[in-house]
Amino acid sequence: MFDAEDLYIFPVDVWIQDGVEWLALNLRPIFLAIKWPVETLLSFNDYVLHEIPFPVFVILIALLAYRLASRGIALFSALALIAIAFMGVWSEAMTTLSLITTAILICTIIGVPIGILCARSDSVWNIVRPVLDVMQTTPTFVYLVPVVMLFGVGTVPGEVAVVTAAAPPLIRFTNIGIRMVEKEMVEAGLAFGANNRQLLWEIQLPLAIPTILGGLNQTVLTAMVMSVVVAMIGAEGLGLVVLQGLGRLDVGRAAVGGIAIVLLAMMLDRITQKMAQPRDVKAKSWFRSLLALLQIGRVEQLPVPTGRSAV
Amino acid sequence: MTECLKIENLYKIFARSPDQAMQMLAAGSNKDEVLAKTGAVVGLNNVTLSVPAGAIYMIMGLSGSGKSTLARCINRLNEPSSGKIILDGEDLVPINEERLREIRRTRISMVFQHFALLPNKRVIENTEFGLKLRGVPLQERRRRAEEVLSVVGLARWAYHFPHELSGGMRQRVGLARALATDADVLIMDEAFSALDPLIRTEMQEELLRLQRTFRKTILFITHDFQEALKLGTRIAIMSEGELVREGTPQQIVLEPGSDYVAAFTREIDRSRLFDARSIMTTARGIAQTSMGGVSEKFPPTGEPAFVVDTDNRILGALSAADQRMVNAGTSPGSLLSSDYIAVPANAKLVDVARVFRTGQPMAVVDENGKLIGTLGAEQILSRIAATSSPQPSSLGDQNV
Repeated sequence: MFDAEDLYIFPVDVWIQDGVEWLALNLRPIFLAIKWPVETLLSFNDYVLHEIPFPVFVILIALLAYRLASRGIALFSALALIAIAFMGVWSEAMTTLSLITTAILICTIIGVPIGILCARSDSVWNIVRPVLDVMQTTPTFVYLVPVVMLFGVGTVPGEVAVVTAAAPPLIRFTNIGIRMVEKEMVEAGLAFGANNRQLLWEIQLPLAIPTILGGLNQTVLTAMVMSVVVAMIGAEGLGLVVLQGLGRLDVGRAAVGGIAIVLLAMMLDRITQKMAQPRDVKAKSWFRSLLALLQIGRVEQLPVPTGRSAV
Repeated sequence: MTECLKIENLYKIFARSPDQAMQMLAAGSNKDEVLAKTGAVVGLNNVTLSVPAGAIYMIMGLSGSGKSTLARCINRLNEPSSGKIILDGEDLVPINEERLREIRRTRISMVFQHFALLPNKRVIENTEFGLKLRGVPLQERRRRAEEVLSVVGLARWAYHFPHELSGGMRQRVGLARALATDADVLIMDEAFSALDPLIRTEMQEELLRLQRTFRKTILFITHDFQEALKLGTRIAIMSEGELVREGTPQQIVLEPGSDYVAAFTREIDRSRLFDARSIMTTARGIAQTSMGGVSEKFPPTGEPAFVVDTDNRILGALSAADQRMVNAGTSPGSLLSSDYIAVPANAKLVDVARVFRTGQPMAVVDENGKLIGTLGAEQILSRIAATSSPQPSSLGDQNV
């Protein structure tokens, strides 16, 4: 009588099934409307990343890493990309990268403004916070269920899942970054007559940027993880390589996919993590960055003003 | 003296609905009773004061006394619960957001304790911040910022970042930012409290120097009574959200009025606060006539007296015995002694005491060298007697 199996009286599975079916049937236009911009942006990114010739792409990423982070990370990025190409999964890696870059773009466009709203209004934050809590405690695996029901299978529904999973950290960090701006700084803005817009753009956002970039780093890593998981609902990319390897018991193939994912993840993590740290003034132009990067072994010296004198 | 800023019956209560707390205060309850009964914190309790234009008005009190709350009410960083803040006839309490921004942009500026400079902006961009908010075009505000920076001695540092500057220099930038807007009221909230003592003294001198040129109306918040005495034209002392004493530094030291205020004044070196004028006995000299005689008889006080010319400039001193001889008809000419000391009326007592010699009469003269009073040892001693400072004050070498 007290066997747990006997206590089954709530057919929650049936309710949810019915509910999601109802949503899928009746709110179809809404989901199509959500899907469309994601699809457009994703296919554009995918096209661009696949069209850029391999050597050009390696140089571009190395330059980007040099400007945003450091020389060491630039070298690592270049080597990682070359290694991925050597292992024969370049095209899959580009597909994964397009999933991630698209997710970053969409998350930034949606996440930062929501974060700002949350920071400015406690009531908005009180609504958004529990939603974020649920989103972040839900295992990534579980996201796939409603996504498949509402958006179907394939790369684009996969992207929707990636965006959904990756947005919360950025919203959280934007909110916290703005709220943590020193009270005296905000008062300084107000005391000199800043209106709300000026307060946001002149004081709150600039001072919150390091924290927001920290959130972006989290978002990138979550997107990376999710871009692999969504292989299970038919999204292409490195995740699919691993999944296929597992399915065929082809350990070698699965490992190649895994190594490529790790290299890509480390590259993205290092670059975005460095962005969040305050650093000294870097080279002024892309051209100088290129020159500096090519002069391996000689650290570029820029005239950084130093010294202090009595007033 | 024209009044620039007047505060009338200002209350600030930190609570959702301050009505009950207001009623209790009106009925005579104190801060603690209100807190116990309603949970409301009384920040300001019926503060009324008036700030003369061009004064450095010090608001002094310990932490929690409401001094910062008062200052922040003036540009409404804190919203007053009731009362009036009148700036040149306009009450700032009921004005709308837009007018308030206008006032903040053009009339009242502020210097912060921890400088509050934007770390991502260069010194010059920080300086022009107020002008940028006001929408002044780039070139114009750059020019103005450069001007102000050179006034505070930081022209060379315009294109550096705040983190490259020392604390004192950063606060100069804070000051420059406040001066750049041409606001005539300056709120300085513990502006020098975060600086180390030597730099603080330097900044105090700097402020006094700038004030001689700019003649702003400055509200200076401090917890340091010495600072209040040094900078203040007038001082308001706050306690428990109330104004407990208001007056010139000298008035407050002479008549503290309450134990709370007396506690601050006890350690004060009075000999550096008071000048000769404040304690002298008003006296006039007996004028010498063109005939060589004196215009009137010396009163029989038994004290030395001074003989002056027709411009009231001292010719010499006469002892009591010589005064009797002159009164009896002797010409003072040969009796006049140059064995006396003359001190300027604005000489601080520390310097007056240094030149004092027993047996030499002391005269106080104004800036034109005219005799306006006399001083005796007992007057000096009784004024500085309340000084309980254990260290003997070190005397400089300067002459009076």
